[in-house]
Amino acid sequence: MTTTTDDVIDFDEALAAFDPVMGLEVHVELSTNSKMFCGCPTEFGGEPNSQVCPVCLGLPGALPAVNAMAVEAAIRIGLALNCEVASWCRFARKNYFYPDMPKNFQTSQYDEPICFNGYLDVEVPSADGVRTVRIGIERAHMEEDTGKALHVGGSTGRIHGADYSLVDYNRAGIPLIEIVTKPIEGGGRFSPEIARAYVTALRDVLRSLGVSDVRMEQGSLRCDVNLSLRRSPEVPFGTRSETKNVNSLRSVERAVRYEIGRQAAVLESGGTVIQETRHWHEDTGVTTSGRIKEEAEDYRYFPEPDLVPIAPDPAWVEQLRATLPENPGVRRTRLATAWGLTDFEMDSVINAGALDLVEETVAAGADLVGARKWWMGELARVANDRGVDLVDLAITPVQVARIEVLVAEGALNDKLARQVIEGVLAGEGDPEEVIASRGLAVVSDDGPLLAAIEDAVTANPDVVEKITGGKPQAAGVIVGAVMKATRGQADAARVRALLFDKLGVVDE
Amino acid sequence: MSAEGQHLTRLAAADIAAAIARGDVSAVEVAQAHLDRIAEVDQRVHAFLHVDAEGALEAAAAIDAKRRAGEPLGPLAGVPLALKDVMAMRGIPTTAGSKVLEGWRPPYDSTVVARLRAADVVILGKTNMDEFAMGSSTEHSAYGPTHNPWDLDRIPGGSGGGSAAALASFEAPLAIGTDTGGSIRQPAAVTGTVGVKPTYGGVSRYGLVALASSLDQAGPCARTVEDTALLHAAIAGYDPRDSTSINEPVPAVVEAARRGDVRGLRVGLVKELSGEGYQAGVTQRFTEAVDLLTSLGAEVVEVSCPHFDYALAAYYLILPSEASSNLARFDGMRFGVRVGDNGERGVEEVMSLTREAGFGAEVKRRIMIGTYALSSGYYDAYYGQAQKVRTLIQRDFAAAFEKVDVLVSPTAPTTAFRIGEKVDDPIAMYLNDVATIPVNLAGNCAMSLPIGLAPEDGLPVGLQIMAAAKADASLYNVGAALEAALRDRWGHLLIEEAPAL
Amino acid sequence: MPTISRDEVAHLARLARLDLHDDELDHYASQLDVILASVARVAEVAAADVPATSHPIPMNNVLRPDVVTPGLTSAEALSGAPASDEGRFRVPRILDEE
Repeated sequence: MTTTTDDVIDFDEALAAFDPVMGLEVHVELSTNSKMFCGCPTEFGGEPNSQVCPVCLGLPGALPAVNAMAVEAAIRIGLALNCEVASWCRFARKNYFYPDMPKNFQTSQYDEPICFNGYLDVEVPSADGVRTVRIGIERAHMEEDTGKALHVGGSTGRIHGADYSLVDYNRAGIPLIEIVTKPIEGGGRFSPEIARAYVTALRDVLRSLGVSDVRMEQGSLRCDVNLSLRRSPEVPFGTRSETKNVNSLRSVERAVRYEIGRQAAVLESGGTVIQETRHWHEDTGVTTSGRIKEEAEDYRYFPEPDLVPIAPDPAWVEQLRATLPENPGVRRTRLATAWGLTDFEMDSVINAGALDLVEETVAAGADLVGARKWWMGELARVANDRGVDLVDLAITPVQVARIEVLVAEGALNDKLARQVIEGVLAGEGDPEEVIASRGLAVVSDDGPLLAAIEDAVTANPDVVEKITGGKPQAAGVIVGAVMKATRGQADAARVRALLFDKLGVVDE
Repeated sequence: MSAEGQHLTRLAAADIAAAIARGDVSAVEVAQAHLDRIAEVDQRVHAFLHVDAEGALEAAAAIDAKRRAGEPLGPLAGVPLALKDVMAMRGIPTTAGSKVLEGWRPPYDSTVVARLRAADVVILGKTNMDEFAMGSSTEHSAYGPTHNPWDLDRIPGGSGGGSAAALASFEAPLAIGTDTGGSIRQPAAVTGTVGVKPTYGGVSRYGLVALASSLDQAGPCARTVEDTALLHAAIAGYDPRDSTSINEPVPAVVEAARRGDVRGLRVGLVKELSGEGYQAGVTQRFTEAVDLLTSLGAEVVEVSCPHFDYALAAYYLILPSEASSNLARFDGMRFGVRVGDNGERGVEEVMSLTREAGFGAEVKRRIMIGTYALSSGYYDAYYGQAQKVRTLIQRDFAAAFEKVDVLVSPTAPTTAFRIGEKVDDPIAMYLNDVATIPVNLAGNCAMSLPIGLAPEDGLPVGLQIMAAAKADASLYNVGAALEAALRDRWGHLLIEEAPAL
Repeated sequence: MPTISRDEVAHLARLARLDLHDDELDHYASQLDVILASVARVAEVAAADVPATSHPIPMNNVLRPDVVTPGLTSAEALSGAPASDEGRFRVPRILDEE
């Protein structure tokens, strides 16, 4: 491993001289119940080698059997990325030796990926604000994950300098979908942001499909960054480097930025960029070279003879297409426009995990302001206190909508509404049931209100004097007393109106 | 061994099962008789790599208990069996004839073993084989050769020589073999026994240590056609763990074996599988057997399968390619032996040292051919082309089966050759498989059964019957007819003429 | 007819992780040559329009439902391991990062 830091040219200087071209390879770990080729569980964090069988351990005699849900997920991912779905495709063996690969070949797909030739539209910054860039998707294919090796001895727990390694095959065989972009050209100085925006958008699409946890820090979404420089868009692509260990969205952006600077330095000094795999270091913000191999690996791909071809039924593919969720970016834009929210406001809703909930509440009849208020306010507070996500609270958008409508109609006030919410969350039933059983309705009959006002007036003659003496703001005390007397079930505005009417004074 | 014991080892499987079911003899007695026979002769034959006396007697005792309790017993309950050491059997050493797996005891059963256990078959032990099933003589076993019971200086065929020799020396009435290019059929031919390669996908490969995934099949071996059919029915059938497994009912092989009627059957002689290279005595016995079929009512015609001449070449590209990949897992990391790990060496070096020490010469040769054939730049011309030859061979079979119901040929060009005679000449060795390979490439089914002794050397000759994919029952029908007619002619089965050991 | 050089044999041996001795390299070079000459026959016969057969019995879409089924205990998994430590397979130093 090289420990000297490479030269790097200032980013703007680099962009003045060179045109960057990127390729992003993302591996998605699917959240299926079982592995790609066997029935072992896929849960994270089990005791080492406790989630294995002869198949994923690669024992002599073992044979693979394809997980139907993984195929379905692969097709849905491809459709969400506007890909063509292959009418017929096969698995292939990628042959190489490595201790975390039990069979010393990976069952993957080679020249017959299940999905290919798609795109994802991504909003990226540009010189004049925000623009939409269409990132081409070359392919999305199915493959299996490897086991995990811990390197023992040595100083950093990384490979170099380790005395031996300990391998756990629990992860071996978990389904992966590899998504490869076509070369991303024309990004110029926004290339780092474009890379980040693409991975973010892709992550959001995958999350909306429900096919993966897509957590980069946990490894269920992994990104390899390929980058090359050329003098201008008219000349052929330069030699590219591949950078691995890019474990966050921020790292994607930083790694692109760094590699541009590093490769520019190499080229400006008259050198040539080496085609190699590099390793990103988040702590130091640099890439370092992997060990240079004497000869390029020859994977000797051939069709997997233990598996038969996959030929997805076209009618099934259309059914999957029809039930795809709306693209998250498109949906976000649509709702922001419909609701008249700024990007910042939209961000807040999304970050609170409230987008679906607010949308459903509005669809159930509440107005937007009210829907947002309840989910982002009272309910967000409750969720936070309980350490759960909004969506896990025991109240539905339909119920929230009902409460909001009742408030708008005057049948509930804010304070009562909060009590209704409390009751629903406690499992006491629908809003109507809670209102009835707890007796929370706003008093709508003037009779009891007048009686309470009478009592309050009698009890507070000095306040009445202030009111009639030209200080209507003092009415708050009377109104408060009436609210207390009615256990908060009076409509405060109505009480005030009746009071002034009774006193024959005009309100402010 | 007692007279009764000796008698028990001469019985057919069907008769043993019947005797046990009637209560004439116990499964333990039967198992013991066969274990005694092994003890008596296997020093000289070396059919077995591992004898599981304890397990066999335990299984036999359990069957006796079942019978006493009045539980129903299947048609092979209590019958002993020899298992080719390429099938995983939980807790029992499984070596595939290689040093690289020395001492490995699988933590799981192959599907074939699971079905044998479910059928109450008593597995006596694991039999010798060419290393990783690569070979036609069992001389490439890392544990020493097996000797042909007909002449101990000669090979028993390969790669499943141990299973065939176990049958021919009366150490077991049933055996399991595997056939990738003839490894069941050719040993059957040179030992005077019966062996069948089922239609590809007919018997589960789950737990079969893979050689060439698209060619391998496990299959039944016995001394009679009916016994072979009973075993076929016990092990065949759909297995969801094997994605290439046929999801249809097992063909009615037992019923066919009991029918044995070839009147009106059209039989094709394959022109390309005759003539030069075939030993005179083999051709003679083959011709006599074909005449016999005619006398039984079959109609015999000659057919040409021109692409069979390319089968050997295609096979020797496809097999090594798939094998080179299948054998990559033997690296000393998770199971089997590990060589050279002194705490200093890196993993690449230890893997290479392990494989160098653990694999024999033939295995290394084929791994390198396969690595070469799949390399970038060569795939299309070698592996890719060979897969096309496969299509052409399938078309030849399809065209032939338009005209005839079954095809026949000699199973092997020669009788058993001497140990050491061909072991250094790979090409000569490969020619042993020239008649059997086309069926593996096309994926259909074939049987070898004994048709006589070659006059010049007194050694067994086998006839191969080939049928269309999934038409396994035809094999048993024709085989049974021929076997019965030959038994009538001789007064006994050919195997009875094997020299006493 | 291509012949295989000693260097090519050495390259194949590296790809296949076989630590061949020098005399083996020469031995295999000649053996591979002889066999490869034979198998070049396949080039003679299969025309471009003949499809390849990779599976003898054609089948598509053999899939299994996404359910968990019993596997091995970790003891069973490690039972054949030449070396193990704390429930993991112990392997020699890995010098190359994948």
